[in-house]
Formats: sequence, C-alpha cells, structure tokens
Amino acid sequence: MTIIEEAFVPSPRDNDGGPLLEVRDLHVEFHTREGVVKAVNGVNYNVAAGETLAVLGESGSGKSVTAQAIMGILDMPPAKIPQGEIRFRGQDMLTMSADERRKIRGQRIAMIFQDALSSLNPVLSVGYQLGEMFRVHQGMSKKDAKAKAIELMDRVKIPAAAARVNDYPHQFSGGMRQRIMIAMALALEPELIIADEPTTALDVTVQAQVMDLLAELQREYNMGLILITHDLGVVADVADKIAVMYAGRIVETAPVHELYKRPAHPYTRGLLDSIPRLDQKGQELYAIKGLPPNLLRIPTGCAFNPRCPKAQDICRTDIPALLPVTEQDGGELPGRASACHFWKETLHG
Amino acid sequence: MAELSKNDEPQDATPNVSDVDVVEAASEEASVAAIEATVERGEPILQVRNLVKHFPLTQGILFKKQIGAVKAVDGVSFDLHQGETLGIVGESGCGKSTVAKLLMNLEQATAGEIFYKGQDITKLSGRALKAVRRNIQMVFQDPYTSLNPRMTVGDIIGEPFDIHPEVAPKGDRRRRVQELLDVVGLNPEYINRYPHQFSGGQRQRIGIARGLALNPEIIICDEPVSALDVSVQAQVINLMERLQDEFNLSYIFIAHDLSIVRHISDRVGVMYLGKIAEIGSDEQIYEHPTHPYTQALLSAVPVPDPEAREHRERIILTGDVPSPANPPSGCHFRTRCWKAQDKCAEEVPLLAIPERFKASDTPASHESACHFAEEKDVVHAA
Repeated sequence: MTIIEEAFVPSPRDNDGGPLLEVRDLHVEFHTREGVVKAVNGVNYNVAAGETLAVLGESGSGKSVTAQAIMGILDMPPAKIPQGEIRFRGQDMLTMSADERRKIRGQRIAMIFQDALSSLNPVLSVGYQLGEMFRVHQGMSKKDAKAKAIELMDRVKIPAAAARVNDYPHQFSGGMRQRIMIAMALALEPELIIADEPTTALDVTVQAQVMDLLAELQREYNMGLILITHDLGVVADVADKIAVMYAGRIVETAPVHELYKRPAHPYTRGLLDSIPRLDQKGQELYAIKGLPPNLLRIPTGCAFNPRCPKAQDICRTDIPALLPVTEQDGGELPGRASACHFWKETLHG
Repeated sequence: MAELSKNDEPQDATPNVSDVDVVEAASEEASVAAIEATVERGEPILQVRNLVKHFPLTQGILFKKQIGAVKAVDGVSFDLHQGETLGIVGESGCGKSTVAKLLMNLEQATAGEIFYKGQDITKLSGRALKAVRRNIQMVFQDPYTSLNPRMTVGDIIGEPFDIHPEVAPKGDRRRRVQELLDVVGLNPEYINRYPHQFSGGQRQRIGIARGLALNPEIIICDEPVSALDVSVQAQVINLMERLQDEFNLSYIFIAHDLSIVRHISDRVGVMYLGKIAEIGSDEQIYEHPTHPYTQALLSAVPVPDPEAREHRERIILTGDVPSPANPPSGCHFRTRCWKAQDKCAEEVPLLAIPERFKASDTPASHESACHFAEEKDVVHAA
C-alpha cells in the first residue's frame, strides 16, 4: 500500500492553528458470512472550524461509514477498524475510553441524519426529545429544558415554537422535522456537525430553505461541517472543499470552484458529464459504463479501472496514491489532489 | 372516435335481454377496434380532461361518515401526442403519482375523462379495458419493491404474456423474454436469476423490459431513476430514449428532478396541489416560465456549477405545501406566493394562455394558471 500524502492545506480560517478534525489512513471493514467487506480503505481528510467539507460519493463509496466511524456509532462487530486515527482537536478518538468518547459525542460533535422521521422517537413530543439533550448532558430541570427547547425551535425558525413544543413528530412536515433534527444537533453548540444527506428526502423548495438555515447557523457558531451527499448540485451551493469517494477511497480533493471547472480524476469528470443541465437541453448524456464495484471483491489496482475510459495496464496492477496535482508549468494548485495515474492527462488534456 | 360506439347502438325502442348483450358486444367490438387502430406521429394519443380524484376522509368505525376529502387531483387536463415525452414535475403531495395511477386505471377517477384514441378509458370494462391496458404500461420508482423476490427474471418479464397470450404464444415465450433482456442491455443468460442478484440499475432495466413486453404505445414512468446512483441514472435515461426511438413510444415521465425532466421531455407540465400550474414545451417552461411557482421551483434547484450559482437569483419560498385535504381558496399557491393579492384568494385562476401574451408570438405565450403571469428567466446567470 502506498503512503497517502497530506492533501489539504490548512484553512486560513483556523483559529488555533490545527484542524478541528483529522482523519488519518482510516480503514473500516465488515465481517460478514460472505467475507470481508472493505468499506473504507485508507481515508484522509481534515476539517477546520467554520469550514465545510463535502464528501461526495455514490452508495457504497464509504462516505457514510467514515462518518459513522467518526461519531463512534458503528456496530462493532460486524464492523472493525483495523487501522487509522481520528483526531479531534489533536486527540485520537479511537484510543479513548468509552466514557471520554461519550463526552465528545453529542456535545462537541453532532450528527444530522437523512431520514428525520425515523430518527425521531414517534411516541415522545419533540419538546421532550430536544430537552433531553439538556437534561442528560447538562443536568437541567424538566422546566428549564423545555424553555431551552422552545428557544432552539425558534432558532431553526419553526413558526409558533411555544405552541408546538408538545407536538409529536408526525404532526410536523418533512422540512420541519429536519429543522428539529438540526435544532437537536445544535443544542449543545458543538464544534463539528456531520450532516449525512440532510436534504435528500426533502422537496427542492424545502431543500433550499434547510440548506440556507444550516449554512447560516454554521457561520454564526463558527462550526466545522462535514456534508455527506451524492448530489453535485447541493455541494456546489455550500461547500468550501470537496472530497470525492469511490470504493472506500478518496479519489480527488479540491476547492469547490476548481473541481467543477477542471476535474483531475476520470470518475469526477464522468459524474459531472452524466448529469443533465437545467439551463440547456443537451445531447445524449454521457454515461459511466458498468456498475460500482462489489466491496467484497474490489478490483485490483485502481478500483475505478474497469469503468474508466483511460485505463491502462498500470491501472490494473498499481493502486494510485492520492497525490497533489500541479499546473502544467509546475505551479501549485493548493488543496488539490487526485488518485489517478494519469491525472495530468485528465486535468490538462 | 368517441362517437363511434354511440352510433353503433341500434335505435330499438324495446330491447330484450339478449339484444342488450348483442348491443354491448357490438360496442365493445367497436371499442377494441378503435383501440387497436394506429395513431399518426404527433397526433394526440391520450387526452385527459378535467380529471379529478378525491380520496374520502371518514370518521367512525361502524357507521362511517365522510368528513372531507383529500383532493389529490383536482381538475387536470392535458394531451399526450404520439411519440412524444410529456414530463410532469412537482413536489411530493402534488398529485403526480395519483395522475399516473388514474391513467393506468388502477384508481377509479372521481370525475373527468381520459380519452385513449377517442375511447374514454374510465368507462371501459371487459375486453376493451384489457386491450387498453395492454397498450399503456408502467415503470415504477423503486426497483427494489416492484419486482417479486420469489420470481425469476424470466417469470417477471414473461408474466404479462399469461394475461395477454395473443402477444406471445406459449412455446415462444422464453425466446421473447431473452430478446427483451437483450433490448434493455442485460445478458439474456440471466433469465433464471432472481432480482436480488442484480444491482439497482439492472433491476430498473428488468422493470423496463416488463413494461415493454406487450409492445405498448404509452409507458408511464413514475420517478424511474430517482432511486438510482448518479452514474447509473444516465445509463437508464439513455436506454429509455433509445427505446422510445426504436419502438415509437410515448412517455409520461413523472419526476421531481427538474434537470432530468428537461433532458428527456418534449413538453413539461408543472403540478401544484392537484392542479397544473403551467404547461408548455421544455423551452417555454424552463427559459420563459410565467407562473411564480415554476419560477420558484426552478430557482431552488441546486446547479452543479458554483460560478453560475453566484449570479443566479434565488427565490426561497416560505412555509410548506398546504394539505390537499384543505387547500387554500382561489389560487392554491397564493399562501406561498410573493405576488398574491385579494383576487388570488377569491378567484381560481384558469389554466390558459395569459391575456397579455395571447396576441404575441413569444415563447411566454403558453398556458399558465396565474392572474399575474409574468415572464422571468431564472435558470440563466444574469
């Protein structure tokens, strides 16, 4: 296995020098009856305070599993983390005791899930569930916790919060439920939020409202945000930098503008070419041939090689490392890296 | 045509029982003949007029009484021409999937007509209905739940032949199924496999093959690619476009993804709370929308181009879609509309070409259900 170089330069908005969260060479595998499913195979990324990292990938790319490993909510077994580090403010969370980890989870790192209806308890009022954060983590009284819950519902712009605090999840619409999930994540003013497909289940008009709210609150609290999504459109709207994942690896990283203008990996290019445009009627769509790989049997060499139009012999034998890419004249491209043997051809060709 | 079956009825003043049977058989015969006739390319093949579907809301267990109705579809009219794709877009709960079920005659319409080659299919039964059903097929959204996990792919795709044996005689079916697998880009040797052995994209191909089995003229696609990964979506869209050319199909393509709808559609209808807000060619709707809801919807779509996004005007609607059980009076959109005035609460705007654009020949001259229709380009950078 090749050593993967540091891909991101530290964000200028860092307040204390080091990144908020650093993931180092993370591996996650699942032991199943059919064999070992290698879901994450050496992922590196970091997020600074106030920064938004978008992790883009299709189903099975390992984007959600990485997030679950960071949160410490993987079921182990069947999951196993054979190697890697997850450093939060410099401390490796994987070597911490369960108690220490518990103090970070929820209070300092919070998560927003895709499906708000199944993430909320249907038999408890939303006020009770929001107040639980304060009662459990801060030992507040029931009355104070409820007052805090109303305040939070106001923050996420739920109309008539005081009147609705005793309502149950089914009495809210999808967009409102997702706001409650955001309120719950924000309750203890965490330093980092991981949002796993936060708007996928919502309609476009509501999606825009929720993303705007999330971005606004992030600025206000100067939080780091990891946005996990498969939607190239949503990413373009809010992210600072992007990490594209394929078969458990990061194949490309770039600041958001750069990625769309000049992708440096054939997979990213294929993805961008395969989505229809809203503002023009195109010709036949470009389609990436084949299917995403079975994680029980990841192809040797570059995992993308069976689907890649540029694949050569070296791609079938050597795993390309995620290395910084440069301009044609050797000029630096800060924050950019690609895991392709032929990145030069892709980026400049 | 529509009058054909009526004219065939004999003018007998006192028909006896056997006469009625004969009459019905004759009119059925005529209906079947009309259904089997061919329609020229570009002619309307399906005409929907004032289609309404209300689901009753009841109270009480033993003595149920109706206390209201969910107005899922509330007066929808459109034409589908032979060989074209009509896209229907709208948010969840706007009634687009109910329209699909009504067109398939899977739900009984509360009111309104659906003319397929001049025959009102909401009133057909027996042989004539069966003939219509053969010609209108459906591809469903979720390839994971729309295929029976206990049936092989061959049985799934071949099942339509059990109901319509005239399409493929018994001995010929296996070969026919393999042909269909080949047409949708699957290996014909997979005929004995089960659905769980396939990926999402491949399953959707199986669903499409089943839809094609009876050589239909119309395929209704309800969110056919929304459950698929981005890289696989393009493959399925390309396949559907190829099949349309090859078999001269007409599509009704229902989706919430506006970019995909634009790509595949010739004409697009935008639905909101059971009504069509605006309908026109893809260029008219996307480049020259005149209904505020269409404009808001288009401006909210995240575009995968950070540069364009900075120049785009975004209209962020407040609030959620109101409940279809209790829609607002007048224009259904007025509660979220920034242009709403008193008139909008009092008068229901009709779907028609707005008065001010009627005389002109601009692309803004298309049907829009708004009292204050105004053209506004929201998808292009300023």
